Amino acid sequence: MPPLLQVTGISKRFGGLHAVRDLSLEMARGEVLGLIGPNGAGKTTAFNLLSGFLTPDQGAVRFDGHSLAGLKPHAICGLGLVRTFQIVRPFPHLSVLDNVRVGALARRPLMAEAREMARAVIDRVGLGAKTDQAAAGLTLPERKRLELARALATEPTLLLLDEVMAGLNPTETSAIVGLIQRINESGVSILLIEHNMRAVMTLSHRIAVLNFGEKIVEGPPAAVANHPRVIEAYLGEEYVHPPAR
Amino acid sequence: MKWLGAAALGVLLLLPAVLNSYAVTVFIFIFFYAFLGQAWNIVGGYAGQLSAGHAAFVGIGAYTSAVLSVQAGLTPWVGMLVGGLLSAVLGTVVGYLGFRFGLRGFYFVLLTVAFAEVCRIVALNTDAVGGALGYYITFTGNPWQFQFQDNRVYYYVALGLMLIATGIVAAIERRRFGAYLIAIREDESACEALGVNTFRYKMLAMIVSSFLTGVGGTFYAFYLFSLQPGAVFGIPLSVEIIIRPIVGGAGTVMGPILGSFILSPLAEASRVYFGQGGWTGAHLIAYGLLLIAVVLFLPQGAYPALRRLWGRAAR
Amino acid sequence: MAVGLTLIFGVMRVVNFAHGDMMVWGMYLAWILSTRAGIDPYVGFVACAAALFVMGWVTQRLLVDRIVDAPHEMQILLMLGVALVLENAALVAFGPDPQRVRSPLRAATFWLGPVFVDVARLVTFALAMVLTLALYLFLTRTDLGRTMRAAADNAYGALVIGTDVRRVYAAAFGIGAACVGAAGALVSPILPFQPAGGLSLSVASFNIVIIGGMGSLPGAFLGGLLVSVAESLGAVFLSPSMKELVSFSLLILILLFRPAGLFGKTAA
Repeated sequence: MPPLLQVTGISKRFGGLHAVRDLSLEMARGEVLGLIGPNGAGKTTAFNLLSGFLTPDQGAVRFDGHSLAGLKPHAICGLGLVRTFQIVRPFPHLSVLDNVRVGALARRPLMAEAREMARAVIDRVGLGAKTDQAAAGLTLPERKRLELARALATEPTLLLLDEVMAGLNPTETSAIVGLIQRINESGVSILLIEHNMRAVMTLSHRIAVLNFGEKIVEGPPAAVANHPRVIEAYLGEEYVHPPAR
Repeated sequence: MKWLGAAALGVLLLLPAVLNSYAVTVFIFIFFYAFLGQAWNIVGGYAGQLSAGHAAFVGIGAYTSAVLSVQAGLTPWVGMLVGGLLSAVLGTVVGYLGFRFGLRGFYFVLLTVAFAEVCRIVALNTDAVGGALGYYITFTGNPWQFQFQDNRVYYYVALGLMLIATGIVAAIERRRFGAYLIAIREDESACEALGVNTFRYKMLAMIVSSFLTGVGGTFYAFYLFSLQPGAVFGIPLSVEIIIRPIVGGAGTVMGPILGSFILSPLAEASRVYFGQGGWTGAHLIAYGLLLIAVVLFLPQGAYPALRRLWGRAAR
Repeated sequence: MAVGLTLIFGVMRVVNFAHGDMMVWGMYLAWILSTRAGIDPYVGFVACAAALFVMGWVTQRLLVDRIVDAPHEMQILLMLGVALVLENAALVAFGPDPQRVRSPLRAATFWLGPVFVDVARLVTFALAMVLTLALYLFLTRTDLGRTMRAAADNAYGALVIGTDVRRVYAAAFGIGAACVGAAGALVSPILPFQPAGGLSLSVASFNIVIIGGMGSLPGAFLGGLLVSVAESLGAVFLSPSMKELVSFSLLILILLFRPAGLFGKTAA
């Protein structure tokens, strides 16, 4: 069974800065892969590279048997790879329903069908009560769900979630974690960038750690959490072998 | 709401029977500018790409059908399609350059203005189309040449154009094309991430808009019979085109119509009132003040505000 | 002229579409001073600059301030509205016919080597250079000037350190308008002016500023020189009315390939 996502040695430089350096990843169908690393490690850049918002200087990405080279974001979405944004971007003047409908129209060009699909997705993410409200009036957790709903409405095979938990309190976070689990169980593979360690550990089948644009560790959550290089990356060298008291 | 629309339409259809020629002329301008505004609405209102150079399309349509009629004897009924097509070609060029090179907001506005001005200057310097003196069509009153003895026929033609454009916009709004344009106006990058080929849809909007505007150029030519580069390509005409949808409600079906019904009579009234004594152009002061007022207090235009009031009154 | 525009954009990211029309008012003010009070525009430009400073300040406080954070389309439309009001108020006040200001310097000319020099233009040029230099010094040496540049770079940061950002904005707009008032006055003996000329002056300003780079003062200066040279060359080699074509074509090219202009900052 070929992997769903096959990233081979992609790199991206901005002037003198190597945002992403020789990154390789693979994902199997149905998997949840967590992508963690300190700030500035290149995680969002990686997302931009995968979803077509940036072109890699080197390397290749294959998704579901197709090469993504040179494809624009909308085409990549058409193939089934959809991303959300770290800073959510709702369509402010449109209602929740109209927001999600834009996503639904990707696979269901007829307006009535798209509307129905949108309603179903809105209920799934728990925003049913706000269906007709303008997106600008939503709270942050609601906007995150909206962002999620919009992406889901495109019926993706692989969902790239960029710091979905950022800014949420613990209750809201567990709710979203539950939602993401259900989404994964329904067959959607997920690649998520997250700083909330508990969430990442709970959700991920495997975790990859980036630092300074390079992947330094990859493996199941437990193995990664205790890996010395990961501790070094986050906390600095001294904590790999904590000083004796 | 539908009843009101049908009733209004009925009134408009019957009006020429009771109005004098001058009043009919005022309505012709209302309808014609509503038509142009509606055409602009597709790309400027719905897609949110502010084009301040739409007069270029009017000019191309006007000169094309005029020249073809005078030099080649081609009936403007066909000439208008040719004019529309050529306008669409320019629209494609401007759209392609603007959208491919990622020009947004102010830069796009400037691009459209630059192209319109280039057209104007070229027309001004091309003696074959009259140059600075302008291009003239002799009045024959022959319907095959899109000319009518009776003002009232022009009334119905203009009304027809307005209704066709409105119908097109309504159809667009109902379909995915419209939903995508509105979303593009809200946030292009988010759209891209959701599978919307923003380039394609912006181009489509531009092409449809420029084609329709070009067709309108033919009406202009065969109603006014004289084409001056400054008047038909110039910024003042572009302003007339965009102000009605903006004041009435950009991105709505009724906006340009409402805007035209508000502004055309206003323009005409102030032209008459201030016209004696060389104060022509005073209506433009009113335009300016209205524009300022709309931006500060009613950024979505008059129609959405009215709709909200209506909604509240209905309760 | 262009320097004023780029200052306004650089500090507030607001595009002043009414720029040209403000300039026309500057020209008319100079005319009034010259005909009613007998003050030569080469002296009176100071008054014009002052008057337009007030106009700019008021415009900013009353109108622009409210929409500084609004989407670009709204800002454009607002300034377009202002432009319409100014242009047509001028029309109403002064009539549509072109005017010229008579200055005693107009007729004076002299030969400088092979080139025939018009004293009036020379004085205009010299004064414009002096004013530009003065503005540059203001921005780099004075407190207010430095604050303006800080606000231009980072409005939020400026707020944090306690700047009254709105006053700075108003000042910037005022100074920008003053530049254009002075420009109008200085140019009034040379170019015939009429209310309808406002829009083409605005477009010319934008041409220059885009080419030189939005938000960059040296860019505006160089842009001005570049465009004038290009237009003059165009007038010499092509027919005079085509010279505008040259600057528009240049504008289109720059918009497509280097919208930041030669020195500019890109819009946020």
